[in-house]
Amino acid sequence: MKILVTVKEVSTVEDEFEIEGTSIAEQYLGADLNEWDDYAVEEAVQIQEAGIADEVVTVTIGPEDCEQTIRQALAKGADRAIRVWDDSLEGVDVLDVGAKTEILRAVVEAEDPDLVLTGVQSGDDSWGATGVSLAEELGFEWAAVVNHLEHDFEDDRAAVRRELEGGVEELTEVELPAALTIQTGINEPRYASLRGIRQAQRKELDVQTLADLGVDESTIEGDVTLTEMYEPESETDATVWEGSAEETASELGELLREKGVAP
Amino acid sequence: MTDVLAVADHRRGELRDVSYEVITAGRQLADDTGGDLHVAVISGTVDKFGEKLNREGVDAVHTVDHGEEFNHDVYTQVLTQLYDDLAPQYVLAPNSVNGLDYAPAVANALDLPIVTDTVGLETDGETLVATREMYGGKVEVTTELEGTAVATIRGAEWSGAEGTGDASIEAFDAEIDEDAVGSTVTGFEEVGGGDVDISEADVLVSVGRGIEEEENLEIIHELADALDATVSSSRPIVDSGWLPKNRQVGQSGKVVTPDVYIAIGISGAVQHVAGMKGSDTIVAINTDPNAPIMDIADYAIHDDLFDVVPALTEEFGG
Ligand SMILES: Cc1cc2nc3c(=O)[nH]c(=O)nc-3n(C[C@H](O)[C@H](O)[C@H](O)COP(=O)(O)OP(=O)(O)OC[C@H]3O[C@@H](n4cnc5c(N)ncnc54)[C@H](O)[C@@H]3O)c2cc1C
Repeated sequence: MKILVTVKEVSTVEDEFEIEGTSIAEQYLGADLNEWDDYAVEEAVQIQEAGIADEVVTVTIGPEDCEQTIRQALAKGADRAIRVWDDSLEGVDVLDVGAKTEILRAVVEAEDPDLVLTGVQSGDDSWGATGVSLAEELGFEWAAVVNHLEHDFEDDRAAVRRELEGGVEELTEVELPAALTIQTGINEPRYASLRGIRQAQRKELDVQTLADLGVDESTIEGDVTLTEMYEPESETDATVWEGSAEETASELGELLREKGVAP
Repeated sequence: MTDVLAVADHRRGELRDVSYEVITAGRQLADDTGGDLHVAVISGTVDKFGEKLNREGVDAVHTVDHGEEFNHDVYTQVLTQLYDDLAPQYVLAPNSVNGLDYAPAVANALDLPIVTDTVGLETDGETLVATREMYGGKVEVTTELEGTAVATIRGAEWSGAEGTGDASIEAFDAEIDEDAVGSTVTGFEEVGGGDVDISEADVLVSVGRGIEEEENLEIIHELADALDATVSSSRPIVDSGWLPKNRQVGQSGKVVTPDVYIAIGISGAVQHVAGMKGSDTIVAINTDPNAPIMDIADYAIHDDLFDVVPALTEEFGG
């Protein structure tokens, strides 16, 4: 069995930041492996460690800068990585679901995995749609928001639990090949070991352009344009207690006594 | 004219609230240019659901009697057929866990753009202007889509449609290709039971990722002991295995309504707020004065939890 995991480097934002046009000014941004993808990578590596998958490949759409993040996934146990980038992607401010679907479709078709794992969403733009869209495009089965996956894949089916609202889980069986969107908490992602980090440096990280993949440039222009970004108006009417920790704690203490809920 | 097709959400015999919210959102969009609002309800007791969905502003309800529970393959097949039949400008689905399991597939199958988790929608008949959040609610963005599109709406952003409408309720004769149904729902399970029921607590001391390390939870337990309160948390704490599932507040955890909810190092993501916004009094302790939790807090301390929490414990002789 071969598993392909989509891995994204997400932008993180400092508490205080400024907006320039339709993006956050560079100096307030950090970068990290998308939280949901971390769980997806871990799940794939565990399936491999159980002797069920023979190969775990990651795919990332992103510029050279994100190779450190990709190496993080390799250090956790993925075998090799593919990074898709193209000059034509440079100026695109929203890579919409349809565009990502097109690019990833080409990678999946070239790699021919049995299972594709994606995160439920990415922590920065939170579309939460790429995995399912990709599955439909490929003619794969799928399941969204998976928080448990049986590793035996009996009868070429994946037995999963989908985490619904309100503490209810749906038990579902999906035929392979399938794409599953992985929810946080499905496992405990490991920290990369020093040995893993060293090994990751030597693992294959293949860079592909749109032309390499046979994807037409026009598909990435996308149908969604970002026209404005702003800080939401604060709706807060909270009473803010100020002063030292002792002072604010004593204000809160007083409130609790007033409410009659403190001992 | 922009006609809208809104899709209802149900589970285990009940329509979910967001079904009425998607009607409101759909009605507003249709009103922007004077179009019709169609509602689809697929699987389950659709006749009963159809009656209930006939709220003010609905022009037609299309029912599809096929199976008991949600199945994304069935939904995708039905909705693509309904789309071909009705030719709406917009398809609106809830941004629920099930919505995320079919809406992207419907969009892709129809070759339409999709915008998810919207909190505002407007149209002039040509361009859909959708408002959504990025970076965990730190910023809002407006996005524009030309022509026809699929959109999902965030729960509790629109009020639920009320009243009774004069919609036609019609069975839609969908052709389901069973060979193309590759997933089977085999059951449901309630999780998060156990000895503690956080929804019964009067005071919740609720902890989030700001606590950083498992060892640091000690100060939270000490505070809860001193206050004779119950400990709950946001999702990452449960995901990390530091607290059991029955302590999780939010969309996929418990809904709580204590007298006092003390949110400590919790940013206030929409899925968390869904579980605690009904609390009587909300106190937020957070170093970030702009954290979204501040929007619903009644009292706030913009300070380091590692200073405030021990001070509060001491206040109560802990
Ligand atoms: C389908 C789905 C379902 C979900 N269901 C749930 C759910 O049921 N419940 C839930 O909670 N989440 C849920 N989530 C996750 C949710 O989106 C957020 O990721 C999560 O709520 C964030 O938890 P947090 O606020 O503890 O962490 P963060 O967002 O990381 O916030 C940490 C906060 O701590 C503050 N902080 C840091 N250090 C300190 C300090 N020293 N002193 C004071 N403050 C500090 C920071 O300013 C920040 O505001 C769900 C997500 C998805 C996609």
